Amino acid sequence: MKRAALLGLALPLVLSTAVYASEVAPLDVSYDDAGAVAVSLSGVTGDAVAGKEVMTSRGLGNCVACHAVTALADVPFHGEIGPPLDGAGSRWSEAELRGIVANSKMTFEDSMMPSFYKTKGYIRPGDAFTGKAAEGDELPPLLTAQQIEDVVAYLMTLKE
Amino acid sequence: MKNQKILGLIGLTAACSIGFGAIAGPADDSLVINGETEIVTKTTAPAYIDGLSEIYSGWHFREADTRVMQADDFDNPGMLGVEAAKDVWSEVDGSEGKACASCHDDPASMAGVRTQMPKFNEAKGTMYTMEMYINDCRTERMGAEAWGWDDSDMINMTALISSVSRGLPMSVAVDGPAAPFWEQGKEMYYTRYGQLELSCANCHEDNYGNYIRADHLSQGQINGFPVYRLKSADLSSIHNRFKGCIRDTRAETFKPGSPEFIALELYVASRGNGLSVEGPSVRN
Repeated sequence: MKRAALLGLALPLVLSTAVYASEVAPLDVSYDDAGAVAVSLSGVTGDAVAGKEVMTSRGLGNCVACHAVTALADVPFHGEIGPPLDGAGSRWSEAELRGIVANSKMTFEDSMMPSFYKTKGYIRPGDAFTGKAAEGDELPPLLTAQQIEDVVAYLMTLKE
Repeated sequence: MKNQKILGLIGLTAACSIGFGAIAGPADDSLVINGETEIVTKTTAPAYIDGLSEIYSGWHFREADTRVMQADDFDNPGMLGVEAAKDVWSEVDGSEGKACASCHDDPASMAGVRTQMPKFNEAKGTMYTMEMYINDCRTERMGAEAWGWDDSDMINMTALISSVSRGLPMSVAVDGPAAPFWEQGKEMYYTRYGQLELSCANCHEDNYGNYIRADHLSQGQINGFPVYRLKSADLSSIHNRFKGCIRDTRAETFKPGSPEFIALELYVASRGNGLSVEGPSVRN
């Protein structure tokens, strides 16, 4: 973090570096007692259109694998493992949704839902879907900070 | 059978019109192979399995056309492996001039073997799967080379030996010397592996009958192994399937034939005690 901030100072013209400086790293996310996360993980407002892409793509969030969403009925095969997400933007606040997407176990203790912004504390962590052991101490999170913000922005559009 | 097929199609059409393409729960259907071998595909769960009251063969969670395929040996592609193994059964191999048939006569003499697998081998002092017994025969009695766990010769032979037990109830021992292996397998069953933090139980105990995307989750029973998988168009061993499942949790998986998978096989087999042997079955 400090390094990124310094780089930002040294190269004030490189916008993306300045943006990166305000990103919250997975190990630095602050969850409140109920599991909510008040501050944007990327520092950039989420894009609901991009969030829809993350929600429906097998290689990204693939949220519909487990959750049904009426507004996404054009995408085939919604799962029924988790609760339907219709009205999620009315039932939950943005901070609560951010906490659930980043690490649902902070909100629902034994949730089956994977933690999308967590990099440590796994049993036999693998290198993606290769079946081989992961290299290094920390895994890349399943979604980036911005992808999480985008998903949260999309979920906020699902009003009752 | 035809009626069921049509009913299945009607069910599918109805579900698709709702938009999610999902029919929850096990299919209400029954399996008789070749019009004569009745298969117990659902029954009461063994008393030592806390998480289930009824147990269902994975057959109940497949589409109607896949279910029908398994009801006739001429339609079951897994039977090609059985036929191939019948030839190998009487082929002499190794330094002792023996074939399987030299000691075991007809493959039908193996009826009942699959129901006991895996089993504690007193002489070897450890848990033994069918693959291990087959390889002991080959190396110790025939003087032949051991087969690899997932060699086609090995999978075909396990298919042949399973096929002559079809209709007999699975009944692996879980007590006595098997107990510590069973406990190890149970521990694994409830461990949430990998970056997706999924245990066997998350999907196959808590969510069988539900859909994950287009996949209809079964109870993960192994009474139908080896299974002919339509997806890969070949027969698959129990351990190969375990490996795929754990890999799909984004975990470092275990190897086929590893002590971990042998223990897990015992535990998962015990969850299906009472279901008929179906191998080789047909699945997705």
